[in-house]
Amino acid sequence: MTAAILDIHDMTVAYDRRPVLWNIDYTISEPGLTAIVGPNGAGKSTMIRSVMGLVPMVSGEVTAWGQPAGSQLDRISYVPQRGSVDWDFPISVFETVLMGTYGALGWFRRPGRKQKALAAECLERVGMQDFAQRQIGRLSGGQQQRVFLARALAQQADLYFMDEPMAGVDAATERIVFDLLRSLSEEGRTIVVVHHDLRTVAEYFDNVVLLNVRVVASGPVATTFTSDNLQATYGGRLTVLDQMAEAVQKQKETT
Amino acid sequence: MTNALMSAGLLLCAKIPIPLTGLTNRLAELLSLPPNSVQNAFWTIAVGAVCAVCCAVAGCFLVLRKMSLLGDALSHSVLAGTAGVYLLTGQVSPLPMLIGALVAGLLTAVLTQFVHERADVPEDSSIGIVFTSLFAFGVVVVSQAKGVHLDLDCVLFGDLALAGVNLNPMGGYLWPAAFRTLIPALVITLAFLAVFWKELKLSSFDPVFATTVGISAGLMHYLLTTVVALVTISAMEVVGLLVVALLIVPASIARLLTDKLSTMLWLASAVGVACTTSGYLLALWLESSAAGMTAVMSGLLLAVAIVLSPHEGLLVRAARTVRLRVRICAEDVLAGLFRQQERSSTPAQPVQSSRTECLKLAGGGLLAAPALRWLQSSRLLTGTREDVRLTTQGTRYARSLIRSHRLWESYLLENFNLPADHLHDPAEAMEHYIGPEMQERLRDELSQPAEDPHGRSIPD
Repeated sequence: MTAAILDIHDMTVAYDRRPVLWNIDYTISEPGLTAIVGPNGAGKSTMIRSVMGLVPMVSGEVTAWGQPAGSQLDRISYVPQRGSVDWDFPISVFETVLMGTYGALGWFRRPGRKQKALAAECLERVGMQDFAQRQIGRLSGGQQQRVFLARALAQQADLYFMDEPMAGVDAATERIVFDLLRSLSEEGRTIVVVHHDLRTVAEYFDNVVLLNVRVVASGPVATTFTSDNLQATYGGRLTVLDQMAEAVQKQKETT
Repeated sequence: MTNALMSAGLLLCAKIPIPLTGLTNRLAELLSLPPNSVQNAFWTIAVGAVCAVCCAVAGCFLVLRKMSLLGDALSHSVLAGTAGVYLLTGQVSPLPMLIGALVAGLLTAVLTQFVHERADVPEDSSIGIVFTSLFAFGVVVVSQAKGVHLDLDCVLFGDLALAGVNLNPMGGYLWPAAFRTLIPALVITLAFLAVFWKELKLSSFDPVFATTVGISAGLMHYLLTTVVALVTISAMEVVGLLVVALLIVPASIARLLTDKLSTMLWLASAVGVACTTSGYLLALWLESSAAGMTAVMSGLLLAVAIVLSPHEGLLVRAARTVRLRVRICAEDVLAGLFRQQERSSTPAQPVQSSRTECLKLAGGGLLAAPALRWLQSSRLLTGTREDVRLTTQGTRYARSLIRSHRLWESYLLENFNLPADHLHDPAEAMEHYIGPEMQERLRDELSQPAEDPHGRSIPD
């Protein structure tokens, strides 16, 4: 048996000693499109941020293709939320997309003709080639999201994590983005998306993770995305977990 | 003291040559000024320029990374470093002082992070706490130091005015003493930029992404802080605490004028040089502090940039507003004439109007006359003073406006619970912004798109 693309095993994450994700277990063995869905504060972004090593785990391990995920970052791409950067920064759309090639270049090496051609190609794939020289702040929200996607494409990764790529995006961009994700998945890549719009989950995704500080259910959309499971995910938090988290925090503060 | 230094400089001159003496002498001849003062001014301006370029380049990244306060903090903690070295060694010699200042600078950066994270204090407060404490420590030590000359004024204000007089022999020539630290600082800054350009750009724009692709944003932060500390310390010899102005203001001005990072660096450097040069010359003329004048000049240039900035400048914005308001006045005239035509006995014929009446339709304000001029020059209105009419083109334009107006009224009636007499005013405001595409969307949304709420037909 070949190693799973992504294997999250017993991952617990805490902010300021207070657990926000409990014993997450999730495995992806086949390429495809996965949505992470859950209410606000469920830890959706935290889940992918800790897989990327941006938030330390309290316990558990994450492997990709059988190796620690941290050693496979050149094959993994992370698309942060659009609001995480300063869009007034004085760089052009093209320069932003070119940054997708920086990981493969490593320290000191400058992007050359090959990288520039790749960036131009990625820009074209998201339909933003006409805006290449535009400063990134002078774009609409949907266009900015497409620039972020083009940058991710330029990383040529096998596994993509995207944090709310549909937030604040117009209907036309949403269509373009999903067509793109679909074609990436058809190329044999794996895409995990933090998603907030329940109406489109069944239409766009193969698999779904229902998350509310723990994994409530996960699996193919057809069997997992049921009203019972949704009820369990959105029907309030587990008060025992909340009390437990407080107890852990207090204990650590007094000892 | 100035005289003593001058004469010392002159004495040394006799033995060791000052570079570019030929050039400065010719300049002096041209301006018919004493060669000596031109030479002094020349080298002072040169020192100021090198200082300005270092500061501007490093400052661009401080501004872009929203770390401007760090420059302030570093410049204050330098005094603590100097004082610390004095306490340890009991003497004042340049190299240990420089090292002490650099250590204090880095200590500021590390302590700031530490207080911020460990004591749960917001980052800006943490910077404020750390640098004022370090600065206070420095002030106390310096004021206690007896027998050793530690000049507080020099730390606070620098000695830009004397930078061209205070010369040191190096490689067979007499160079300004400030070059001893400023030139290495410039070389290191430019080399840092050349080597880490890609990494610097990435980690400044998106530090999280940088970390996920293996380019540590934290490491870049500390490297940049080191370079800024070095620049700050070197520049402080010349401009004192006002180094903060040279770090932050030219970079901010450049940011207002361009959207491109490389251009921003060039522009900031040029602006910085303009500030130190004009500041020094003005100070000479007004017999005032050169560093102070430099900071004043940078403030003035910033004010100019705020007015002239090509995208968001006050001037551009004012022009945009005026243009929009002229268009709105003009459109009010078109719509008014069209309504008169509708009500007339011959609705197919353009109605005859007068200039006075048109001005009234345009609101009668300051913009009414320009609005009419615009209408005539774009051939939407034609005729003489007493006989003004819509052209065919003008009628088409007006019809589209009325269509927008009535579509919006209908839309409001259907979707907002508003009484009929509350529909006209909002539509009057919105009609100027509804283009053909929006008209289509509105028509599709309406259940009865042929008539407006007042029973008038909506023209095609």
